[in-house]
Amino acid sequence: MTEASERGGFMELHVKNEGKAVVISVTGRMDAVSSPEFELEMGKLIDEGNINLVADFSELNYISSSGLRSVLATAKRLKEKNGKILITSLKDIVKEVFEVSGFITIIPVYDSVEEAMRSL
Amino acid sequence: MKSITLPAVIENLGECIDFVRACVGEYISLDKKMMEIELVIEEALVNIFSYAYPGTPGQVEIHCDCGDGTKITIEIKDNGIPFDGFFSRPDPDIKRDLKHRKIGGLGIFFIKKMADEVRYHRSGGTNVLTVVFYV
Repeated sequence: MTEASERGGFMELHVKNEGKAVVISVTGRMDAVSSPEFELEMGKLIDEGNINLVADFSELNYISSSGLRSVLATAKRLKEKNGKILITSLKDIVKEVFEVSGFITIIPVYDSVEEAMRSL
Repeated sequence: MKSITLPAVIENLGECIDFVRACVGEYISLDKKMMEIELVIEEALVNIFSYAYPGTPGQVEIHCDCGDGTKITIEIKDNGIPFDGFFSRPDPDIKRDLKHRKIGGLGIFFIKKMADEVRYHRSGGTNVLTVVFYV
């Protein structure tokens, strides 16, 4: 598990390899302080050879443009390797941010981890 | 009206958000609305932290006025370089596909989208960004 610094938003990542994909459960907030940590951890997973990532946002309460930036950077990197990041369980402000920014149309979004895994 | 002045560094983002939350909390009953306010404030602050004071330390001031509780006015001030083009900067193209979508440009876009009113002016070397939320 990884925790971001206490200077800003609290974020916790729980990573589980489910065979077809690595599922990352994100808890807390992805803001300008915590988002670099998310991008770093996704980078490590990619470096280890994982090209399908499923980010479960069911416990994510908040995301800013910094968070979107780290998701986009991860998605672009995976695309180069013919992989992808799937996002699940958007809610409240996180869903609104994805919709307003248009990210909901460029990043595959699912209602649940199970649904995302079935698509792979 | 309540105010806070802090060094304009990312390490103070949490404290700034806590300050705004404490000011407006009693007037905002919906979590989602509070998050929208936090998002706007974060985007404005991160912009200042990243670009206002290139190579030099600086301060950021936040003034929060809740009036009679129907309208929340938050002013964010910095003495950094002029924030030219706040309103003239084009919005990111939100219809571009993954390959062509650019990484930046969303901060100002969210400020404009989530706040009910947005005003910017510069006077006497100070950038003043005013965001208003209707309650």
